[in-house]
Amino acid sequence: MGIKPKIVLDRRTVVKEILKDRGDLLLVTGLGAPTWDAAAVGDHINNFYLWGAMGGAALTGLGLALAQPNRRILVITGDGEMLMGVGGLATISVKKTPNLAICILDNQRYGETGMQETHTQHGVDLSKMASGAGIKNTSIVYTKNELKKAIPILYEETGPVFVNVKVTDKPVPMTLPPRDGPLLKHRFRENLLGHI
Amino acid sequence: MAVKKKTSWSNAVFKILKENNIKQIAYVPDAGHTSLIQKAIEDNIVNPVSLTSEQEGIAVLSGAWLGGDAGALLLQSSGVGNIINMLGMVNECRFPLLMLVTMRGEWGEFNPWQVPMGQATQVVLEASGVIVHRAEEPQDIAETVEAAAKLAFEGGRMVAVLIGQRVVGFKDWAK
Amino acid sequence: MTQKLKFSLQRRQVVHQILENRGDAAVVTGIGNAVHDVASANDDAKNMYLAGVMGGACMVAFGIALAQPGRRILVITGDGELLAGIGSLATIGVEQPKNLSIIVIDNQAYGATGNQHTHTGRGVDLVGIAKASNFKNTALITNKKELQAQIPNIYQKPGPYFAVVKVVSKSSPRINAPKDGTYVSRRFRSAVAGEGA
Repeated sequence: MGIKPKIVLDRRTVVKEILKDRGDLLLVTGLGAPTWDAAAVGDHINNFYLWGAMGGAALTGLGLALAQPNRRILVITGDGEMLMGVGGLATISVKKTPNLAICILDNQRYGETGMQETHTQHGVDLSKMASGAGIKNTSIVYTKNELKKAIPILYEETGPVFVNVKVTDKPVPMTLPPRDGPLLKHRFRENLLGHI
Repeated sequence: MAVKKKTSWSNAVFKILKENNIKQIAYVPDAGHTSLIQKAIEDNIVNPVSLTSEQEGIAVLSGAWLGGDAGALLLQSSGVGNIINMLGMVNECRFPLLMLVTMRGEWGEFNPWQVPMGQATQVVLEASGVIVHRAEEPQDIAETVEAAAKLAFEGGRMVAVLIGQRVVGFKDWAK
Repeated sequence: MTQKLKFSLQRRQVVHQILENRGDAAVVTGIGNAVHDVASANDDAKNMYLAGVMGGACMVAFGIALAQPGRRILVITGDGELLAGIGSLATIGVEQPKNLSIIVIDNQAYGATGNQHTHTGRGVDLVGIAKASNFKNTALITNKKELQAQIPNIYQKPGPYFAVVKVVSKSSPRINAPKDGTYVSRRFRSAVAGEGA
């Protein structure tokens, strides 16, 4: 097993780094902190924030990736959210979508409900689950240096790619993006498709 | 398996799905959907998505709509129980949603374990804001799916077509 | 896309062999063929047949394992059933029940609904997922020799134990297994927890 490295990365800094040069990336965020993290970088018309549908972020990314094969799709979500729909990793692996990247911000906690420990605190390894599900390109990130190497993977390498970023459970301020579903849907689609 | 011949209606239903520009068909297998699933796999334009659990399909079709594709979910009545929370996203964002549900737990059911969910399927869907159509005769299925597709994609609603067990046929426990 | 691997083990023989010397072990089956495989070995009162709740077999067995720490609890289920509730492996991996063994009869198909391919024939590695979920004792069984070697481990290795048995993708004949949930569950409870429990 070996000793696990210490978790030092700050989730806000990680998301800011990932989205720094996002180009025409389409972003789906899982409910809770990942949605606030993306909003903290700045609201963006190519962001679709989930405010519910726990367990559905990666699969929403899959449907979007199938519909938009020429765009890069990034899903940023939490460990608890991913665990709730973890069978989706097998579904995604089977579809082999080359343009889909999944990034987990793994603080090993259910942040929105009182920081209870998730399964990843107790030996469950999401990146290994992804590789067991058949996803070939998986990695785990503990350090700034590893993050720097992982960002091009998220943007450029043949998907599906899965990057699990271990982040601290330090509380961060809530930054809320728009939450009206039809508004989020319309602006996302109008910008992407030219119509609603 | 005493499953009735289902190619006749599945041909017509698949044609309607194509006419409605359905590009993604997500499914969890059911005997009643066998030939429809096969058609989705063989079609050059339709992207078939095989799921481990039905709730995945709701999220996939939400993403499909965001990306400009229309889709449909094929499931069995037991799978309706797995999608309820995920429907909240579809409802709140007013995504169109078309579901074709083959019924178990009603007409001639041999497995008592299928009965509770089968009997609850329609009320649970309706309680979640889904408009429910039923098709009880083979000749009604295509027309019902056509109406449901229109209501879903033009009327912008969540619509389920429940295909009665009477049409799908029933299995024997010991065969 | 689909792996064209040929497997030779027959699901029913595999299950019968596993259960041959089961002792006081209790068995939970997943929906579908597993019910018939287990019931045809011997309709034991310590069998809980789940003829529904797809994706639920492992967690039902986990609850039994907590309630019956002195007894081995086996799950015998299919690959499709397990995939429908695959998150349970993570939960079980965290809880580490010492007396729980999960045996997946993997025919790479949804046998009860028309033999559609499941994910396991297309690159999904259930043993890998179990390992990632913190299962320390796992096995992939593809032939008679491996099966024979693993049967003692199913009963004796500290749990949670997880094995995938690759079998030919052909359903065996169904039998008239007990299907009344009230009957099966009351009978099971009396058998494992004592009369009147």
